[in-house]
Amino acid sequence: MTALTTDLVGYEDAVRRYDPVLGIEVHVELGTRTKMFCSAEVSFGAAPNTQVTPVSLGLPGALPVLNGKAVEYAIRIGLALNCTIAESCRFARKNYFYPDVPKNFQTSQYDEPIAYDGWIDVELEDGSLFRVEIERAHMEEDAGKNTHVGGATGRIHGAEYSLVDYNRAGIPLVEIVTRPITGVGDRAPEVARAYVQTLRDIFRALDVSEARMERGNVRADVNVSLRPTANDPLGTRTETKNVNSFRSVERAVRFEVSRQAGVLDAGLPVIQETRHWHEDTGVTTSGRVKSDAEDYRYFPEPDLVPVAPSREWVEEIRASLPEMPVARRNRLQADWGYADAEMRDVVNAGALDLIEATVAAGTSPAGARKWWMGELARRAKQDEVTLEELTVTPAQIAQLQGLVDSGRINDKLARQVLEGVLAGEGDPEAVVVARGLEVVSDDGPLLEAIDAALAAQPDIVAKVKGGNLGPVGAIIGAVMKATRGQADASRVRELVLERIGA
Amino acid sequence: MTGDITRLSAADLAGALAGGEISSAEATQAHLDRIASVDGDLNAFLYVNADEALATARDVDERRAAGEELHPLAGVPIAVKDVVVTKGMPTTAGSKILEGWIPPYDATLVERLRAARLPILGKTNMDEFAMGSSTEHSAYGNTKNPWDLDRIPGGSGGGSAAAVAAFEAPLAIGTDTGGSIRQPGAVTGTVGVKPTYGGVSRYGLIAMASSLDQAGPVTRTVLDAALLHELIGGHDPRDSTSIAEPLPRLVEAARQGATGDLAGLRVGVVKELSGEGYQEGVSARFAESLEILRGLGAEVVEVSCPHFTYALDAYYLIMPSEASSNLAKFDGMRFGLRVEPADGPVTAERVMAATRGAGFGDEVKRRIILGTYALSAGYYDAYYGSAQKVRTLIQRDFAAAFEQVDILVSPTAPTTAFKFGEKLDDPLAMYLNDVATIPANLAGVPGMSVPNGLSDDGLPVGFQILAPAKADDRLYRVGAALEAALETTWGGPLLDRAPELGLTTTEMTL
Repeated sequence: MTALTTDLVGYEDAVRRYDPVLGIEVHVELGTRTKMFCSAEVSFGAAPNTQVTPVSLGLPGALPVLNGKAVEYAIRIGLALNCTIAESCRFARKNYFYPDVPKNFQTSQYDEPIAYDGWIDVELEDGSLFRVEIERAHMEEDAGKNTHVGGATGRIHGAEYSLVDYNRAGIPLVEIVTRPITGVGDRAPEVARAYVQTLRDIFRALDVSEARMERGNVRADVNVSLRPTANDPLGTRTETKNVNSFRSVERAVRFEVSRQAGVLDAGLPVIQETRHWHEDTGVTTSGRVKSDAEDYRYFPEPDLVPVAPSREWVEEIRASLPEMPVARRNRLQADWGYADAEMRDVVNAGALDLIEATVAAGTSPAGARKWWMGELARRAKQDEVTLEELTVTPAQIAQLQGLVDSGRINDKLARQVLEGVLAGEGDPEAVVVARGLEVVSDDGPLLEAIDAALAAQPDIVAKVKGGNLGPVGAIIGAVMKATRGQADASRVRELVLERIGA
Repeated sequence: MTGDITRLSAADLAGALAGGEISSAEATQAHLDRIASVDGDLNAFLYVNADEALATARDVDERRAAGEELHPLAGVPIAVKDVVVTKGMPTTAGSKILEGWIPPYDATLVERLRAARLPILGKTNMDEFAMGSSTEHSAYGNTKNPWDLDRIPGGSGGGSAAAVAAFEAPLAIGTDTGGSIRQPGAVTGTVGVKPTYGGVSRYGLIAMASSLDQAGPVTRTVLDAALLHELIGGHDPRDSTSIAEPLPRLVEAARQGATGDLAGLRVGVVKELSGEGYQEGVSARFAESLEILRGLGAEVVEVSCPHFTYALDAYYLIMPSEASSNLAKFDGMRFGLRVEPADGPVTAERVMAATRGAGFGDEVKRRIILGTYALSAGYYDAYYGSAQKVRTLIQRDFAAAFEQVDILVSPTAPTTAFKFGEKLDDPLAMYLNDVATIPANLAGVPGMSVPNGLSDDGLPVGFQILAPAKADDRLYRVGAALEAALETTWGGPLLDRAPELGLTTTEMTL
């Protein structure tokens, strides 16, 4: 309860005087068709307690059978995190009584995780890489979901009654645990966020989970501790549970650093405890105190046999791994010749896949970036949609740029063509034809327009003849106006000067 | 005719059904009648499934009449221990905490019984959650030993053994975690087999100790046990610990053994499972049986399994540890008994505590407390960890012994059936009943108890045969040979010497 009696210390002040250390546990729900230990289907949004079997309800007599796909996914994750894959490992029972755990024990892994000793490079906002060491990645089953009814806060205290939905009970999870993340300094919140985001990207790239934060597919528990300097032993940590968005991860770390600094400044000890994250107010509050009283009485699960993935299988899985997001980004940046800042903007705008597809369709990397980060980014912002949600495909952008490159339209016309595409008028080719937007390249009509313009502005013609080329723009402008922008401006200039004889 | 039907072995009854001499409906009704007349005294059944059993029987008769090819045991009625879940039939595991629970699914072995169309007569009594050696720990009253109604029928499967011994059923299913099939077999004069661990699916067995539990046949003859074992055994993808390979040919081994030739068989007498603590009559019958085996051509030697002396200690750490976790699910939240605290707030935690306090009996609580303690942080290595090491040593003892001999033998239980209440207040004395049967569970090897005579007190004694894992066929070969030779000397089955039930009861209640 000390948390409420001490003041928060300003974040900048806190990290100037204390060295923060992080530890992050990320749970990811695997996208298998069925549950970890039974044939119950896994799908989001089914009616409560319909996706259950005697096994996932923990009925007397029911026995677990391990889902092979879940093991494969766990190995994929382990390999992507540069872990060693255990030659043999066992499940263990984690015993505790709670209504959302149907057997009153969770089948998990304890001292024999399937993957261990890995690392992952995390890209920070300035483009630098930060290496996070992975202690372990282990398999376990999810618990059911409690709904507390009748209380003011939706929490168990004060609730009239509680409902349990066991649809989620037994969904396969992989829990990834970092080693203490040191050396983060004032970038602790950013590193925490980037780490979770990197894992999310990896889960998607591996196709092991939909990895949707808002559905709780990925959940983070964030451990934070402070110590006076990097040379001191680790301080006492708190564990803030279920921080379920990137922004919240960042905010929760920031808050805990400020709070713990306040506690330490007051000469009080930080209490080792679980804390709750409050999204609305951006604070953490004390949960239960972790102590020796919490004894899960782990022992090897006797209903399952050890998991012993053959080395051949592991290598087969390794060979099938897709390129990891950071590696892919580095490769594409080198291929495309983008500057660091340009690449970062592309990634942050969510344009990487779109540009890659546009380039693949034949556009130059610079051309593709110009469209997606320029006109289209402006349009997306204006319409409050993502780039992907715009009604234009990379193939259409490639075709549009092709029209520009071939001289059939100019940049200004291209924007009009794009308008047409976005308005659903068809491919750029079709829009050009339908709207009659092709560049006028026949000199005949152009010369007529030039002669008319010259005749209309004799004083300018005189100045240009006298050697002052400055005012020629007025003639060109008049020609462009007369041709409704369809003329090639540089050709117009050429012809105008030729006509005047300058 | 009905009086005779119940005395037939399952194999003979199956033959009579196949030959059209008896209908399954008649046979099933005969057993239901027998239950109606004697079970008031015995209390072997917790639930009698009369309508469904008769419906199955009539269905078998119709199919047979239509010329359909049926399983050899089709139409032969069977009783099932109440620790095995049966869809639509109450399943209590002998506990108040499951009173009224109707499982929504069948155990794999029950599915196999139903697929082979055996009428299920009902569910048999047992020590609560199979914890006990006397059936005195049932929440639904004692089952009596048909040989003497003042005595225990063994446990935990006293109901199944008594039902078979009293001709209420020709076949029954038991489960054996530390001797719960074999010890009741010994004290009721019936045959009980604990198969190799993984030989019969555990899916649908309400678990006591997952690494030790095994279901098996309870019968009056060795051949009947082989027939039932072949039906319920074999791989089940729903049990991860199930053995993938097919069962050895058990019926064939029993038939071969019955011819009486054991030439070349090497029999090892376990030195540690004899002598002090074994009743005189038990030791005498054991020695006679060894002589019989010698007479059939076997070579009998003594072997030492030095770590067996620690088996009971290891067992009483591993079994309660697993049980404490397996029984955690009985909490009043999803099924079975739910008790709300008499006063104070009704929270989930308090409902769980009140339910478990009211629903579990003393022996169950004792083992949950023992196991919870043994698994606790700081004690795990000393208790659970050490016990697992002993378990490994016992497995090595078996491996070394089976390099010298083909089978190991011992008395099944140190004494004959004791009287009700005699050991109820002394858990350690009760636990000693299983001293000879526990090593097989710790090592996962198969074991059989065959009746081998009466002790000086006129009560039955059992002879235990142990074989290497996956060599269950050896049990049947030796068991059938011994059974045939003994029945020749007795002039018929041992159970013929059991008192006639109806009469004895009247005399005793007078």
